[in-house]
Amino acid sequence: AGPAHIGTLRIASSFKNVHAIMHAPLGDDYFNVMKSMLERERGFTPVTASVVDRHVLARGSQEKVVNNISRKDVEEQPDLIVLTPTCTSSILQEDLQNFVNRASLESKADVILADVNHYRVNELQAADRTLEQIVSFYIEKARKYNTLELQRTETPSVNIIGSTCLGFHNQHDISELKRLFSDLGVSINLIIPEGSSVNQLKNLPKAWCNIVPYREVGLMSANYLEKEFNIPCIDINPIGTIELANFIRKLQSVLNALGSDVSFEDYITLQTKFKSQASWFSKSIDCQNLTGKKAVVFGDSTHAAAITKILSREMGIHVAWSGTYCKYDETWFKKEVTGLCDNVIITEDHGLIANLIAKTEPAAIFGTQMERHIGKRLNIPCGVISSPVHIQNFPLSYKPFMGYEGTNQIADLVYNSFTLGMEDHLIEIFGGHDTTEALTNTLSSVDDLKWSTEAKQELQKIPGFVRGKIKRSTEKFAKSNNINSITLEVMYAAKENVGA
Amino acid sequence: MLTEQNESVTFECETGNYHTFCPISCVSWLYQKIEDSFFLVIGTKTCGYFLQNAMGVMIFSEPRYAMAELEEGDISAKLNDYEELKRLCLQIKKDRNPSVIFWIGTCTTEIIKMDLEGIAPKLEAEIDVAIVVARANGLDYAFTQGEDTILVAMAQRCPQEPEISIDSTSFKSQEENYTNHPPLILFGSLPASVANQLTFELKKQGIKVSGWLPSKRYTELPTITEGNYVCGVNPFLSRTATTLMRRRKATLIGAPFPIGPDGTRAWIEKICSIFNIIPIGLEEREGKIWEGLEEYLKLIANKSVFFMGDNLLEISLSRFLIKCGMIVYEIGIPYMDKRYQGGEIKLLEKTCKEMNIPMPVIVEKPDNYKQLERIRKLQPDLVITGMAHANPLEARGITTK
Repeated sequence: AGPAHIGTLRIASSFKNVHAIMHAPLGDDYFNVMKSMLERERGFTPVTASVVDRHVLARGSQEKVVNNISRKDVEEQPDLIVLTPTCTSSILQEDLQNFVNRASLESKADVILADVNHYRVNELQAADRTLEQIVSFYIEKARKYNTLELQRTETPSVNIIGSTCLGFHNQHDISELKRLFSDLGVSINLIIPEGSSVNQLKNLPKAWCNIVPYREVGLMSANYLEKEFNIPCIDINPIGTIELANFIRKLQSVLNALGSDVSFEDYITLQTKFKSQASWFSKSIDCQNLTGKKAVVFGDSTHAAAITKILSREMGIHVAWSGTYCKYDETWFKKEVTGLCDNVIITEDHGLIANLIAKTEPAAIFGTQMERHIGKRLNIPCGVISSPVHIQNFPLSYKPFMGYEGTNQIADLVYNSFTLGMEDHLIEIFGGHDTTEALTNTLSSVDDLKWSTEAKQELQKIPGFVRGKIKRSTEKFAKSNNINSITLEVMYAAKENVGA
Repeated sequence: MLTEQNESVTFECETGNYHTFCPISCVSWLYQKIEDSFFLVIGTKTCGYFLQNAMGVMIFSEPRYAMAELEEGDISAKLNDYEELKRLCLQIKKDRNPSVIFWIGTCTTEIIKMDLEGIAPKLEAEIDVAIVVARANGLDYAFTQGEDTILVAMAQRCPQEPEISIDSTSFKSQEENYTNHPPLILFGSLPASVANQLTFELKKQGIKVSGWLPSKRYTELPTITEGNYVCGVNPFLSRTATTLMRRRKATLIGAPFPIGPDGTRAWIEKICSIFNIIPIGLEEREGKIWEGLEEYLKLIANKSVFFMGDNLLEISLSRFLIKCGMIVYEIGIPYMDKRYQGGEIKLLEKTCKEMNIPMPVIVEKPDNYKQLERIRKLQPDLVITGMAHANPLEARGITTK
């Protein structure tokens, strides 16, 4: 997981009209690049830096932070400005709260200081904490002005807490949950933070219960709301057929305990048998081929636990070990996966994971992008199931992990990872179909040309898929200029000649 | 923004609220350039996260490059810096056996005043691997300036006395093609193929390149002594230039940079003029390259450009694009060394007059917010910018690069 301030920024920029100001040196606003690139965001990321430079080191930030807050207040007119400390400002130990107090006197926007310590918490913990902080800030504010909505909605409704930007397949998951609740006749009161406004937070108490779909973000806010308003919370991750059924049953019992009279059993049966293909898939011949195959799982606690359960309980795959980098959540993770895998690994050290994978030699890996790269080196296929991720994990097409459509997606992901591995082996056993080398040799008919060592080396540096073309065009150039031996200089001249 | 009457470019300076990469990103290209090196970035999770995301996740499966992540115990000096670094470097030596370990200082080491420069020589002697310290931190530098800090540190490690080359005889036959001139060393990291091409270009004029800083291997650093000539290939190496002049007593050739055929020609001409060589065939060569570019030139002629500024290449690129027939509204740049870039600025002014277009404004330490307002007003055909603004600008109908 990333550093704390990333978590705070993810929460702040998920809300509408909230601006975050980082107290950070030049270059730390890398978050903007990630948001803009990974999510292909059309808007400007509402994050700016109050730059810490030499002058700040020497004399302190003085008016700078306050001025930057006031400036953003005028320029963007946000509802809320979140001052975000970074690792650098943690060490400087300036009284940021004081800046916040001063700035909030003048600015129209509310101003708060994110209460996160870089050296104590990581991205996910910080996101959880910042969300709680903003929720409680606006609940208290509404209390003060007597605008708090305490009347529960007439028909059952829920809050979904923990939908954030840059979350793994988050947007798709939320769409799928919306569909699920609409099927169940449960309305959605609020989804926070993604896409909601801080002014809506006073409506949170209207919901019958809170849904926290991800383990990492939202639990603190849900606990706060349970303590303040006695709103129950469902924290089962609705991933995989079995857990999804557990999730819906829990919802049923919670709603009925509050005076509703609903039964979702028929819905579960119908969906499991006919809507989702996953349970049929696990009975089919395809899946029987996977029985007992060895896999390893690593990721954030939500996804690693959910995938482990699916592999082992729903597909009969042998999970050699399952692990998470969420060290702070060790107890929960162990409780969830014990009995479903041979070993549980809790570590933030990717080197250790790489070595473990090499030692285990699984038929497939389910992990993050890090594990995918390890898999590439070891020639083991990998399905990506969790952050940290790359742009290809923000697909344009609909790919939820949650809900009934999610079970289909996961079945595909698992199956494709394994068959790819099998195909690979078959090709290897039958000699493969890699004849690139022979192809290049036959096509370059000129054999009276000599390549100098340097030129050959240079040629090797050129990416494989164009190498043949470059080789041929260089030789053509040499031939038409009556050159017999190809040196580096000839190569460059040939390159210039074709205008590349 | 356009100042029609001005004879020379105008300089402005804004708030410095702009987006750029952290200078530690230079690790990503330098570790590939210097093959026997190992880079140890001494910083926090933030630095690691940046590297991991900016360079792709596979970077940590890359063996010549690591993070020393500082913990609370390091910050509060509960742990001993020397012992911690020694433990790490011994492990690196054991696993990879590099010729040199680069310690990249960051904002954090700067603030807690970790004495890397003091520790390095002691540790170097103890573990017998060269340790070079560079402070590539976001407090002082932007993006490409990271390379500058590393080359400064390396410049001081270049051998003083020319080594007696054993195989000097084998080069004899080649030597004869060169004019007699004092040794010339080029500085700036370039991909091997580009470096080779520049070397050949000078060879055509009878000029011998005695060495490159950085070289392909740390063990092959060029000898630089008093009376040698040095010339930069990149516009962001002003501190390296200063170090070579002051510490190594070399003479700097202040030329425009070999970016674009016009820049390359001016660069070669300047070097030739220092060595009293009359360049041959340059005009023809430049013309031929322009000819090859004709298709592209048609596309960009009379189009306008706006440089938001984040990597210090902006002046040279603007000059090249103006020569291509484009109109440049604004040149944003993180840091402007008017002395080191002097040759380039003169060429920019000359090019503007020649093409008969207004002098652009150079904005040092730009303010991205204000720049976006200017972009909205000017509606340039092309905005050259970082990834943070590219997608949002495209969504607003402005083409970006």
